[in-house]
Amino acid sequence: MSEGWQSYVRRIEELAARSGLEFHPVDFEAVPDSFMMEIAVYGLPVRMPHWSFGVRYIYQLIQRHMGHSRLFEVVFPGNPGHAYLAASNGLAENILVTAHVLGHADFARNNLLFRRCQEQVSEHIVEHAANHARQIQQAIETHGAQRVEAALDAALALEQHVDVDQPLRRERYPEFLEDAKVLVEDQFRKRFAALEPLAGGSAIEVKKRAPLPPHPERDLLWFVANYAPEMESWERDIFLAVREESFYFYPVFASQIMNEGWASYWHARLLREADFIPQQAYLDAIKCHSDVVRPVAAESQVALSINPYHLGFAMWEKIVEKNGLPAARAIMQQDDDFSFVRNQLTRELADELGLFRYSARSDGQIKVLEHDLTALHEAVLAPKYNFGAPIVCASHVRNDGTLELTHDSSVDGRGLDLERSRKVLDYLQRVWRRPIVLTTVNQAGSALELTAP
Amino acid sequence: MDEERGNRGEPSGAAQWYELFSRGARDWLRHDEKVREAVRANLPEMIAGGDVINGGARTVRVPVRMLEHYHFRLRRPEEQQGAGQGKAKPGDVFSAPGREQGQGEKGPGGRDEGEVQLLLEFKIDDIVDWLWEAMKLPNLKARVGPSEETDWIREGWDRHGARSRLDRRRSFKELVKRRAAPGATQTFIDEDLRYRQLARRRQPALHAVVFFMLDVSGSMSDRDRKLAKTFFFWVVQGLRREYRSLETLFVAHTTEAWEFNEPDFFQVSGSGGTVASTGLAKVREIIDARYNPGRCNIYLFYASDGDNSVSDAADARGALGAIAADACFTGYVEVSSGLSRQLATETGKLFAELQAAGCAAGSYALNDFEDVWGAVRHFFTAEAQAPESP
Repeated sequence: MSEGWQSYVRRIEELAARSGLEFHPVDFEAVPDSFMMEIAVYGLPVRMPHWSFGVRYIYQLIQRHMGHSRLFEVVFPGNPGHAYLAASNGLAENILVTAHVLGHADFARNNLLFRRCQEQVSEHIVEHAANHARQIQQAIETHGAQRVEAALDAALALEQHVDVDQPLRRERYPEFLEDAKVLVEDQFRKRFAALEPLAGGSAIEVKKRAPLPPHPERDLLWFVANYAPEMESWERDIFLAVREESFYFYPVFASQIMNEGWASYWHARLLREADFIPQQAYLDAIKCHSDVVRPVAAESQVALSINPYHLGFAMWEKIVEKNGLPAARAIMQQDDDFSFVRNQLTRELADELGLFRYSARSDGQIKVLEHDLTALHEAVLAPKYNFGAPIVCASHVRNDGTLELTHDSSVDGRGLDLERSRKVLDYLQRVWRRPIVLTTVNQAGSALELTAP
Repeated sequence: MDEERGNRGEPSGAAQWYELFSRGARDWLRHDEKVREAVRANLPEMIAGGDVINGGARTVRVPVRMLEHYHFRLRRPEEQQGAGQGKAKPGDVFSAPGREQGQGEKGPGGRDEGEVQLLLEFKIDDIVDWLWEAMKLPNLKARVGPSEETDWIREGWDRHGARSRLDRRRSFKELVKRRAAPGATQTFIDEDLRYRQLARRRQPALHAVVFFMLDVSGSMSDRDRKLAKTFFFWVVQGLRREYRSLETLFVAHTTEAWEFNEPDFFQVSGSGGTVASTGLAKVREIIDARYNPGRCNIYLFYASDGDNSVSDAADARGALGAIAADACFTGYVEVSSGLSRQLATETGKLFAELQAAGCAAGSYALNDFEDVWGAVRHFFTAEAQAPESP
């Protein structure tokens, strides 16, 4: 950590507040690069142990050794927020990163999606995740590493299958069907209801049990935790812990373009306005900024993916320029990536940025497609639908406890990858402990059933 | 660069927990363990692939893929659509050099990881242990003969000896006994001390000689020889488990026969016809010159494509019989990668006759690397069940 950065933090914070950013206080901590890498791999500074994180860790190590990725900061929303800065950052980088972090903090405090999820998860996700990790460590000591790993295999395989539109602490379904009678409130009915009940007419009140689930259920983690016939309570806790972390991850995932763009917009703007920064540091920071928001790698002309920092940054610049800051703040508060891209990515901007759609054949040939703004929006957003996962619902639990899962291929457009799906069923079967049937479609589009065991 | 803790108010210099412990490394080790378990389950298929025998090293390297933690995913479409950026017009066609990674991915996003191969190193001893366990190979019957071989074993006590062999429990017992007498000294005296003694004893011998005989005539291709080599390698590993001292001898033949050392043996290639009797005679000659069949266990494994010259049949039968009379087991692997004739060859017939005559013998047709384990299993099961040859 370079000398002198600390003295700038306060001044950047003051400048940000003057510019209209509203943020909870942020704790900055400089950590070694190795720990930065782990935060990026786990998504949280302390998180449950699982071998799949080990795989990501190695990929990250390889990437770093090849010089592909460099992490400057990771920030966790909350009150106070936590920002981890790489200890290897120079002064200019740290000034830039401080401004960037404040942009994120403003976003996380004001964006509706973030706010809703934080109301559910609380503003202390970092501490919660650490607590989950501790619980799971205790479970390992009590029940053995193998059993805990089996539960985590299943829970983490379903981590994207949550329903953030439902509350985090969600009630179980009503056990019985409600009477379907629709009463019209009129004089006659009121008088009728006031009559003495018929003597002897004691028809036994038959309550009808509601089917399980009453409607196709998207929140598989919640459903399994609540309705698995033979699950241990500590296994349910693991499922709910993973679900809570998914609730935290969802807004980060679903507003990445906006959020990174917003933070990039603000670090650029605050840097321009901060007259207290030495000339050299300013130049270095601006160079660093242009590396971060670079659309395509320096040596190539065309990129087959879109840098969310770049896209978001360019969109926010356009919006502020055209509509002014108050309008931009309103958009920041109300949108997520879906509405943001669909509403704000205009034809002119897409052309200006050189965005295009392409189709890639399996032999590696890539063809650039006709301009079509709506289709371009969807091409940008497609990887984000449904938390990036296929739509798989729990549709029924049979009397013998068999779980029926249904994949909605009409929305997803094609069937599931059978090999992977089978493995997921295997994971899940070990905690559901009764048969599982999954319906999807095959290549020809006709229904196909996978079963476990 | 001057380092200082960034956290406000944090005392600088205090080591943070994350500097002492890496969760990533811990979870990576668990992944490693899982891979090893998976490899262990599929071991025979994975290591039969030839390149395992690296010049006397005690480890083999197995390339494996990283494990994937599975999620529900959509089937890969024939045509994948995406969004890109850069100088490209509609209708442009180019080819992708490699998939690019999305930047700044966080959370449980879908990611398409490039293939990374790991090279795992396994100890050959471990592998053989696992295999014996997995294949349920019986332990071999050893023909035991008296032997010169001796060993020191512990036997008895004495009042004199090296300090390191002092038996304290025994000495203390002596002290207690002596103290029971009235007026005896209460502390240890030299007479109480007892030392463990060693004695030389004859050990029954478990000594084995294995002859590997390879046909290197013109009809044996490189691949045939490699097949034979892989097979021989695992046979040696198997026999080494059973015998403390295992001698391996290598004989190659065409129309003549030579003895080789191990590295050269696998390099030789010859040309010309096949006269098995020359090789067999060479083996017999070595046995007579150097070993006493009554005192050591003799094994012969012969690898050939089976095309023995027809005129040699009688000689070969005689020579083989002479060896089989003294050997614990004789095995024949027919390596014919091209055509699988299932042992219906000249040499094949010889061994079939031998087996029919009640000798400990077996044959196996080895057509591919996948068959190597079948062959090992075949021979070791057959050997364990073979009747005691006279």
